[in-house]
Amino acid sequence: MDYTEKLQNVSVVGAAGKMGSGILLLTAMEMADLSLKPENKKRHFCINAMDVSGEALSGLMKYLKAQVLRAAERKIVALRDAYSDRKDLIENSDIINQYVDDVLFLVRPTTYLEPTYDSSVVFEAIKEDPELKVKVFKQINENSKKKPWFCTNTSSIPINELDKNAGLDGRILGVHFYNPPAVQRLVEIIKTDNTDPELVEFANTFSKNLRKVVVPSADFAGFIGNGHFMRDALHGIKEAEKLAEKYSFTEAVYMINKVSQDYLIRPMGIFQLIDYVGIDVCQYIMSVMNPHLKDEDLHSSLLDKMIELGVYGGQNFDGSQKDGFLKYEKGRPVAIFDINKKAYQDISTLKDKCDKELGELPASAKPWKAVIGDKNKDEFFKTYFNELKSLNSKGAQLALDYVKRSREIGLKLVSDKIAFSEKDVNTVLLTGFFHAYGPINDYI
Amino acid sequence: MTKLRRKTYMVAGYNTVSLGTGRKEFHPKKPRPGLEHYIKEAGQETLKMIGGAENVDETVIGNFMAAGFNKQANLAAFAPYIDDGLRYKPAVRVEGACSSGAMALATGIKSIQAETADVVLAIGVEVQNSVKAMYGADILAAAGWAQERKEGHAYFFPGKFSDRAKAYAEKFGEEKARKATAKWYQNAIENARLCPTAQEYHNTTKDLFEVGMTKPNPKAFVDSLNVFDCSKVSDGASAIAILSEEGLKRCGIDKNDCVEILSMGMAEEDITKPPADLTKLSTTTAAVEKALDSADINKERIGTVECHDCFTIAGIMAVEAIGFAGHGSGTDFVLEGNTSRTGSVPFNTTGGLIGWGHPTGATGVHQAVTIWEQLTGKAGDAQIQIKPEKPYGLTINMGGDDKSLVSIVYKKAV
Ligand SMILES: NC(=O)c1ccc[n+]([C@@H]2O[C@H](COP(=O)([O-])OP(=O)(O)OC[C@H]3O[C@@H](n4cnc5c(N)ncnc54)[C@H](O)[C@@H]3O)[C@@H](O)[C@H]2O)c1
Repeated sequence: MDYTEKLQNVSVVGAAGKMGSGILLLTAMEMADLSLKPENKKRHFCINAMDVSGEALSGLMKYLKAQVLRAAERKIVALRDAYSDRKDLIENSDIINQYVDDVLFLVRPTTYLEPTYDSSVVFEAIKEDPELKVKVFKQINENSKKKPWFCTNTSSIPINELDKNAGLDGRILGVHFYNPPAVQRLVEIIKTDNTDPELVEFANTFSKNLRKVVVPSADFAGFIGNGHFMRDALHGIKEAEKLAEKYSFTEAVYMINKVSQDYLIRPMGIFQLIDYVGIDVCQYIMSVMNPHLKDEDLHSSLLDKMIELGVYGGQNFDGSQKDGFLKYEKGRPVAIFDINKKAYQDISTLKDKCDKELGELPASAKPWKAVIGDKNKDEFFKTYFNELKSLNSKGAQLALDYVKRSREIGLKLVSDKIAFSEKDVNTVLLTGFFHAYGPINDYI
Repeated sequence: MTKLRRKTYMVAGYNTVSLGTGRKEFHPKKPRPGLEHYIKEAGQETLKMIGGAENVDETVIGNFMAAGFNKQANLAAFAPYIDDGLRYKPAVRVEGACSSGAMALATGIKSIQAETADVVLAIGVEVQNSVKAMYGADILAAAGWAQERKEGHAYFFPGKFSDRAKAYAEKFGEEKARKATAKWYQNAIENARLCPTAQEYHNTTKDLFEVGMTKPNPKAFVDSLNVFDCSKVSDGASAIAILSEEGLKRCGIDKNDCVEILSMGMAEEDITKPPADLTKLSTTTAAVEKALDSADINKERIGTVECHDCFTIAGIMAVEAIGFAGHGSGTDFVLEGNTSRTGSVPFNTTGGLIGWGHPTGATGVHQAVTIWEQLTGKAGDAQIQIKPEKPYGLTINMGGDDKSLVSIVYKKAV
């Protein structure tokens, strides 16, 4: 396999979306970096940014320019070397501007699929719809002269199904970036029994060059990341539903969200995370995963109800958070959706009562922010969870149940052979979800 | 060696805060005071201490690269902006890269010597946080030869002094060199914590020496320096008044509040030539020798030094350039604690360029203000003890890579 040759003509389909735009950015920079190497001076590179939305493509080009500029500023030391033969580029600013041009000039925005027929590699990041994905793969595959490789960003659809239904003969691989791809370091790589080994080798090299942390996952709906997250979320939802028998719905959501953030020392509470991903996206991913699961029903009627009421969560185009289970001001939760009254209730009106019900946090508790960079995290968590175990409060009990469930989910991913090791499960949660500790641990 | 022909004094020193990363009030994305604010603040405070603008004959403003950082030239015309009383009076802006501040002092001293002025307002100013560091590096690179920019490192001057640090470590041992620069860093921050205007005043790092020992990462920055081995990117201004005996009378100033300028030594080296020996600051030596000769004192009588530690390694080399330690032994001199605030000759007692900050064009004036404060007992928490047998203060202000040097000898006036 000639890695560079494969990257000379690439397409990103769904390039203007949340994931597509990040994948396009990273790939275009990798291609530009290759094109700057002396041995590649004669090679020609191009990347098609294909999306059905022309309007979104204009926004994409602005996003790209700003992002490449930032990246160029950060890697000015390396860029000065890369452009050392360009006598006309003297100052850092000359070099940075040239690099921005060199990346952007590789990108060809298009609303038509035809240009992708010339590509050797196609990254796909259109919406999570198996039929649509298959249709697009088929069309490209049947018209292409190149027997292209397909890298799909699907979060949940089994890759072998896409392969079979689109007739790709193993030229497809799951390359599952996390949102946003430019920032998140994790990439799950999902091959099928049929995947071309050269494609796997390519994807590994590619991800490493992008300085990503690669975790392999078996080809099973949801893979490791959503395999854990969806079940973890469902646990939180069920716990809240149980609490709602004794407390109001908003109080229940508040308490579980607080337990899953403050008691579990995670970056955000579970309901905030569901909002972040999108209630509709969660509902959809569960529905794609569920038919593949045996002794388990991965489904939440609460999510269905929220969708029926038109509450979706997710993010605005500028990355700001839309309201979902929680309502946000400047990115912080300020109110909780009351599913009975169909209106938001201010957190300030229920906080004191709920905090009292949950009881005191362990004295050693620290916010996630204060722990995440700590070199002696392990020691801290040992002390912390010991203390948590010694408490007799409702909050501590909910937290311990949560930690146990999270661990169980992780272990099951390993015993079901979806993850190849316990370490891989932990890496996914640590890297992709920014947890401060892996779910498979001996703290409790 | 020529001596000053007329008694010359300095008084009424003032420093603005050195603003930039490290200060709590600094936010890179929020609007900040501009060049004119700094000139005005420093100028007005000094004027207040000398009885107002009507006492001033001439203003000198030292600045390096306002043209680059702030798209502003013709800085002399900001003198009347300080105070209406300076309207239609002479003012001049001088530039000598990072020695612009001391060039301003030298220019003022010369006016006193030439008897064309009895009271000079000297100001140094630089506002550098207007651009990100990688673009600031382009602007600051103008202190070197423009023809060398292409070959130079992205961070041009850190690159130059990284080469010096590497050469020094190769010649005299890497471990010792790193330890000495770590110690230099520790002294700088500890001193800065005693001075409310210092950029590192809010620094709370526990083990400074350990931080100083960090191995440099050439991929992220330069081969042989860490970011904290470099002086800060700073916005700030300093001002001080330079006066003759007549000037003191005119302003009604008590000599007890003044330092006397005993001498100054200036030296230039060819900007197009690489240093003959990367492990030495030869031009610095030339300037210091001239200053000491002219003041008729030897280095043993110096009680405190403000040297140009634009990089920690430059601090070590300055110690050797003055002659406090032999070539290669500056490390031991520093590690033994001689340059610490209670040592035999405290250096950079308010943090120097590493700790107080380095608003490039202001630094030379800031050094003079610090010496004035120390010798007249006005240094507050940062005050060191000045011993009677060592009554002299010395400043060294360097432009470029040991190219433009100004060294001045001070003593408390009597
Ligand atoms: N958002 C996440 O957190 C996340 C994380 C990992 C993986 N994923 C997966 O990535 C994929 C994309 O998700 P997203 O969140 O970026 O969605 P998105 O809605 O932000 O982007 C999808 C883009 O595809 C475009 N598109 C739709 N139909 C198309 C077609 N037929 N041809 C070309 N372009 C078309 C849309 O205009 C849109 O720009 C999904 O498979 C999703 O499961 C998402």
